[in-house]
Amino acid sequence: MQTALRTILPETEFGSRANFAPHARVAREERPTQISGLPLGIRGLRKSYGDNEVLRGIDLHIPSGQFVAIVGKSGCGKSTLLRLIAGLEKSDAGSVSFGDEIQAEDIRVMFQEPRLLPWARVLSNVEVGLGRDRSSTDAHVRAEKALAEVGLADKRDQWPSVLSGGQKQRVALARALVSRPRVLAFDEPLGALDALTRISMQRLLERVWRDQGFTAILVTHDVAEAVALADRVLVIEEGRIAHDVVVNAGRPRERGSAELAGLEGSILNHLLSGDDRT
Amino acid sequence: MSVIDSVSLPRNFRLPRVDGLVQWIVPLAIVALWQIACVTGLVPTRVLPAPSDVALAGWKLLLSGELIRNIWVSFWRASIGFLIGGSIGFAFGLGNGLSQLSAKLTDTTLQMVRNVPHLALIPLVILWFGIDESAKLFLVALGVFFPIYLNTLHGIRTVDPQLIEMGRIYGMTDSELFRRVIFPGALPSIFVGIRFALGIMWLTLIVAETIAASSGLGYMAMQAREFMLIDVVVLSILIYALLGKLADSASRVLERATLSWHPAFQKN
Ligand SMILES: Nc1ncnc2c1ncn2[C@@H]1O[C@H](COP(=O)(O)OP(=O)(O)O)[C@@H](O)[C@H]1O
Ligand SMILES: [Mg+2]
Repeated sequence: MQTALRTILPETEFGSRANFAPHARVAREERPTQISGLPLGIRGLRKSYGDNEVLRGIDLHIPSGQFVAIVGKSGCGKSTLLRLIAGLEKSDAGSVSFGDEIQAEDIRVMFQEPRLLPWARVLSNVEVGLGRDRSSTDAHVRAEKALAEVGLADKRDQWPSVLSGGQKQRVALARALVSRPRVLAFDEPLGALDALTRISMQRLLERVWRDQGFTAILVTHDVAEAVALADRVLVIEEGRIAHDVVVNAGRPRERGSAELAGLEGSILNHLLSGDDRT
Repeated sequence: MSVIDSVSLPRNFRLPRVDGLVQWIVPLAIVALWQIACVTGLVPTRVLPAPSDVALAGWKLLLSGELIRNIWVSFWRASIGFLIGGSIGFAFGLGNGLSQLSAKLTDTTLQMVRNVPHLALIPLVILWFGIDESAKLFLVALGVFFPIYLNTLHGIRTVDPQLIEMGRIYGMTDSELFRRVIFPGALPSIFVGIRFALGIMWLTLIVAETIAASSGLGYMAMQAREFMLIDVVVLSILIYALLGKLADSASRVLERATLSWHPAFQKN
């Protein structure tokens, strides 16, 4: 595929950047302004659907640029919390505040489904992420840059339907990144991927987060993923934050190290101990 | 992957060419058998004229200009009726798909009217319009309206809500959302409606022209029946079939061009 496409596409600036080549990173670090992540403050956040009290008072402070993972049983309200943070849902009580005046483009969400427009080429799909800047003259260039960051520069003119699941999700990531968001919320973005693709996507997530410095909030059902990526893991139980676990391991992290495995075990114990009580 | 591509590509390309020939074998064989049956007297020519006689009748009518004139009249009625009924159906489909209020106001009424077979209105339409052009246009437009309306509505209502939410998250305005998400999402279904409507368009026109017209293909067939010109009758039927096929092919070409993103239309 690589070779076939190479011959079709001329060797563009991006086409020549192989997936995660080291020189690509150098180019990124030379970029002048690094927009920093936003801090996030949540106070007394509540949300019910009818009689179903999903969130019963969430208090949380996330410093700017932190990578936070949220875990919890299915249906415990992880997605609801994320949707409240992203402003996709109205809370019943409490507040979500960011340290700064924010614009719509500052907060981006990535879902388990890539939600690409099937009738738009990969590049146009990424341009959608520019929000109000979609029609600006440098829209193409910015979208191409974002695609190169996720290693898919050579797929810019493809239809989404020909991409693999992992590639689609990388396009969705490029679309989320293209506006240089300051908060990025992920709702089980890797949930539908196979194990190997998951791992390479996790590395990609960690890399773009380190490069760009946004505040990352990752909802996942995979505790191993949470401890591998996050600075801090929150366990939600009965509508509240039941545990707040700091992951001190340095980066890049070694998968399957004893330290991470120990953390993973204790978080899993927290999650499962609830089962014994009920 | 590049190896697979280079192997499977030429094979994919050869397939349609073989298909193109294969699909004509049966029709050609039928015409040949038909000719033989007529020439040998197996089928009396009072019942079915030989293909060669039909072709000859066509040639004569072509020379006299009568054939072209009648085809043109029928084609004009079909297109104008289709355009009128299609655009009204499309407008209602859009309106009712996008606005709850509009749907509440009109959908029930339209669903009720839909249950009246439009050809049953012919006596009424003749009373209203006589055998004027407007009678035929009215019937065609009415017949075309419903498939386009229903499928446009269905297409818009079934656009993936997750994509619509995505569009809103990324700050699309209503018109952008329509242009980039809703309309392209509804397009496959709209095309289904168009193809249905094309079939109904010809059917309606044949019936209307046969019963109440003083020109057009249907009229030509009825005139020929009066003078026992069975070859002209068969000719008109064949031309109807040909026009129907042409309309269908045109819509397929259009579909292929606008839905090239759709996996069903991708060649590689
Ligand atoms: N739009 C909604 N309407 C009604 N109930 C909802 C809605 N969204 C979520 N819920 C309910 O809220 C609870 C939490 O859902 P969710 O946040 O999606 O859980 P999680 O993502 O942790 O699996 C579930 O019981 C779910 O049924
Ligand atoms: Mg969820």
